[in-house]
Amino acid sequence: MSPWLPILMAVPVVGAIVVALLPKGSDKLAKQVTLLVSLLTLVLTGVMAAGFKPNGDRFQFVAEYNWIPSFGVKFGVGVDGVALVLIALSVVLVPIVVLASWHDADGVKTADGTLITPKRSVKTYFSLLLVLETMMIGVFAATDIFLFYVFFEAMLIPMYFMIGSYGGAQRSYAAVKFLLYSLFGGMLMLVAVIGLYFVAGKQTFMFPELVGAIQDPVTQKWLFAGFFIAFAIKAPLWPVHTWLPDAAAQAPAGAAVLLVGVLDKVGTFGMLRFCLELFPDAAKAFTMPIVVLSVISIIYGAIVAIGQTDMKRLIAYTSISHFGFIVLGVFAMSGVAQSGAALYMVNHGFATGALFLAAGFLIARRGSPFIADYGGVQKVAPLLAGFFLVAGLAGLSLPGLSSFVSEFMVMIGTYSSAAHGSGALTVAAIISAVAVILAAVYILWMIQRTMNGPTAEPVKAFKDLNAREVWVLAPLVALIIGFGFYPKPLLDVINPSVQQTLTNVDVPTSTIAEKGTGQ
Amino acid sequence: MESHIAEIVQHTGGVIGNSWLMIAFPLVGAFILLVFNRFTNRWGHLLGVAMSLASFVVAVLAFFELIGFGPEERRRAVHLFEFIPGMPGEPAMVDMGLLIDPLSISFALLITGVGSLIHIYSIGYMSHDEHRRRFFSYLNLFVAAMLLLVLADNYVGLFIGWEGVGLASYLLIGFWQFKPSAATAAKKAFVVNRVGDFGLLVGMFVIWTSFGTLAFKDLGAEVNGVQNGTTLAIGLLLLLGACGKSAQLPLQSWLLDAMEGPTPVSALIHAATMVTAGVYLVVRSGAFFFPEGSGAALAVSIVGAVTLLAGAIIGCAKDDIKKGLAGSTMSQIGYMMLGAGLGPAGYAFAIGHLITHGFFKANMFLGAGSVMHGMNDEVDMRKYGALRKFMPITFVTFFIGYLAIIGFPLLSGYFTKDGIIETAVHHQPILGWLAVLGAGITGFYMSRMVFMTFFGEKRWADDAHPHESPLVMTVPLMVLSLGSLGLGAYLVLNGTLYRFLSPAVGGDPAAAPEFHFVTTPGLATLALVAVGAAFAWMRYGRAEVPAVQPRGSFLTTFARRDLYGDALNESLFMRPGQWLTRLAVFFDNRGIDGIVNGLAAGIGGSSGRLRRIQTGFARTYALSIFIGAALLTGALLLVGNI
Repeated sequence: MSPWLPILMAVPVVGAIVVALLPKGSDKLAKQVTLLVSLLTLVLTGVMAAGFKPNGDRFQFVAEYNWIPSFGVKFGVGVDGVALVLIALSVVLVPIVVLASWHDADGVKTADGTLITPKRSVKTYFSLLLVLETMMIGVFAATDIFLFYVFFEAMLIPMYFMIGSYGGAQRSYAAVKFLLYSLFGGMLMLVAVIGLYFVAGKQTFMFPELVGAIQDPVTQKWLFAGFFIAFAIKAPLWPVHTWLPDAAAQAPAGAAVLLVGVLDKVGTFGMLRFCLELFPDAAKAFTMPIVVLSVISIIYGAIVAIGQTDMKRLIAYTSISHFGFIVLGVFAMSGVAQSGAALYMVNHGFATGALFLAAGFLIARRGSPFIADYGGVQKVAPLLAGFFLVAGLAGLSLPGLSSFVSEFMVMIGTYSSAAHGSGALTVAAIISAVAVILAAVYILWMIQRTMNGPTAEPVKAFKDLNAREVWVLAPLVALIIGFGFYPKPLLDVINPSVQQTLTNVDVPTSTIAEKGTGQ
Repeated sequence: MESHIAEIVQHTGGVIGNSWLMIAFPLVGAFILLVFNRFTNRWGHLLGVAMSLASFVVAVLAFFELIGFGPEERRRAVHLFEFIPGMPGEPAMVDMGLLIDPLSISFALLITGVGSLIHIYSIGYMSHDEHRRRFFSYLNLFVAAMLLLVLADNYVGLFIGWEGVGLASYLLIGFWQFKPSAATAAKKAFVVNRVGDFGLLVGMFVIWTSFGTLAFKDLGAEVNGVQNGTTLAIGLLLLLGACGKSAQLPLQSWLLDAMEGPTPVSALIHAATMVTAGVYLVVRSGAFFFPEGSGAALAVSIVGAVTLLAGAIIGCAKDDIKKGLAGSTMSQIGYMMLGAGLGPAGYAFAIGHLITHGFFKANMFLGAGSVMHGMNDEVDMRKYGALRKFMPITFVTFFIGYLAIIGFPLLSGYFTKDGIIETAVHHQPILGWLAVLGAGITGFYMSRMVFMTFFGEKRWADDAHPHESPLVMTVPLMVLSLGSLGLGAYLVLNGTLYRFLSPAVGGDPAAAPEFHFVTTPGLATLALVAVGAAFAWMRYGRAEVPAVQPRGSFLTTFARRDLYGDALNESLFMRPGQWLTRLAVFFDNRGIDGIVNGLAAGIGGSSGRLRRIQTGFARTYALSIFIGAALLTGALLLVGNI
């Protein structure tokens, strides 16, 4: 029993209570406390992660407490490599988001004094953020499937309020749509969770004990479908993706980062952990349809992104394309592709986070998310333009930046996967590589229209990034470049975990291509 | 196959062991200039120059250390770090390291040498630009990326450098991004290059899947001279990548627009170094995927031959001095590609021409920049004329570059280009004679450029006061023109370059091809060049040059419009692409989302669409579902318990 994970989960929620209980009129204090708590969580996670042994037990820092003994429901937590890097992603993003959202609830004014969003309760916003952090840690740490489900659903609540109360003009529509989609998926998953419990007949929801428990192929397929649809909505995968552009566009930039950067990863994480390991035969049987859907997501998301007029919607569609890559990597049944997919989850969080935040800073200066309202920003705010460019380049997976490594691994792993006689996956990899060209179009065209050219009249009054904003973007850019050249620290943790997963699915995991001799 | 490539040996210590410094110096320079921003404004350009020079020094020292080894031991790999680790207990999927061998060190010397000269030149050329410091940071970034491209010991490292130079090119073409034309040109260059990158990427997928490695040192043993459908496919995919980066047909259209960048950029990136990366890729992969006589090699030569003609024809019709030079660059790289498809004998001349071209073309581009500097940034040659009297140094150096490119006997271009032509006539006669024809056209358009700019009557704008550029600009011109004079003879006579390169690219060092001064194709070339130059003299030297472009024949228009390359791209890709994008957006909004909203509205029993639901109602609605879900959970659990 290790106290680490329960402590990590407790710190933010305790912080949330403290923030909520602060006396009226202490908005600034609330922000400071939130920042401090999130930084503390980050430090604690760092200390814990330093003790993680990549080649040790599958689940480490394990803790189990009985919760609902009559159903065998436990408060069971523990992390493998993939869960660990996703928790790390979450706790890195939260303080950045806190700093980025510093004035989001104060009522956002543009340079000319127009109020974009009215003043809202600051304390509520920041305590919601901390509650969300606890849930993000919890959902990745849960080893009890019922506990996972509870976090999976409960996460919707803080996010629903962050979009619905603090978002843009159409926030209610977006928040409800987000909630309805997620609840629909959640219900299917719930049925599958309960089904799993009874069919397995082991009186437990603990994941490690349920691996291999379902043997009947037909049952596997039904239960797989319940989990997969929930995760596909969450991810989101084409054609159940339309909630994301609305939610991401209406959410405040900080919330959008957590939504796309972390919450959506629960979907792809769930596929990797639960769909594959609990129902390996079904996963193999459904590989082809899922690969087709993910390739459609990759290309379709990219094409629709090109046609967007609203920056935040554009970024959301690029994410749909990127999630296509992640799902492709998860189901390509290749060690390289799956490690790439897990790495992609982390890298995408940093890259898209940086892009959303940079776009958010831009929008805060003008009050409009529309690309056509900008132009020539580079001239008046070179720092903002520079960060925007780097974030954009990470979005188009420029080699040397972190997202390239993961995209490359997904594609090359898919191409070389021996599953399905390799032909179909080979074609899938080639088609998905077309996204490399499309990505250049959607990112650079957006940059050209916003940053380059003659400076638009309202843009002339723009101030460049202030210190706070630089502190928001600089760490992300440092991570993007650092992991771009040296992804080893992440992959060393991810690889053993992926190997374990694929062994449970009975797929060869070697990162050496078949014909290769290695060294 | 006769050709034999030396084994790559692991190396530690010495200058070669620390050759990563070559990349590190300019990278650190770029980093400091970008991060410390305006605090470095005053001395930023000096730091940029110093970093580039430092890199050059390392390259020179590494070169001397390398030739200290015997020819068979001149391929030295330096391990840097594990880039993409493998599964537990398995070797890395991709190890990052550098390969210092005759091929890569030749490039490194060219990049850092010519690169440093261009850095120095830029101090003067960009002295009036308020963003000079940023310019130098991008130049440094370019040098670092280009060095990574040629020094990496594996395809992934090469690709990182490949895209890095693409980024630097994007930033520098768009350096004056406030001009919409510059911003568009920058984006176009990047996107067209990405089409090529698609080829290179998929090529890497096939290589890794088929041979289990992306490292040059392991590929030799894996490929082992086998030629089949797979290696042909890899060759063609890599060729697509090379076409993008080197502006070869059908991916040539970006290069002419790239002239929107400041002239030193055109000299360094879009003439001397980056655009030759495609040639490097082909030669580096030559022994594996483009062996002499293979289909892939033939494809390389055909692309080269077609492009050398296309570029030359475009060059004939341009009045913009930089675009004329850009057409010429396309054409000259076409020669290199032609040579690169001819096996080891061709490689030596291709690389030789690449090096001499690096000198004489940089020489002429910088000369053009010097002219523009003295003429209020005018680029229209119809507004030049008689400048030789006002810019003597620029004129003389430019003229030497001109003689070199048209292949005037004994100058640099004569040896390297005639080498390619002769080898081509020998191996692929049709392509070879096309190259002879191309040389004649080169004689015409380059003479046209020289006559329009430096000879004839002055046709200047009223406010033009041409003057010679400062020494900081003319000294690099002088150094480059020395290279244009003598480098070709040094590299080609006695087969010096051939013997130096052969351990890295194959070929029997004892059988270096002799250079023949009197050959049929050689004489034909000279005759055609003379005809071309004479024709140009009649049209643009002796006769008066009209200040306004005459209408011209159908052929002239064809050439002025870059052989309708843009029109073709627009009707084949851009328009259908825009149409597809609009359709997809419409489908997404109305189709998929419409169905979803309709369903939701139907289930919710509300009369209006979801979009119109009142805020208060929406909340209640969502909460009721949530509570419903919670109740259902409880109920199911309860039932389960019974």
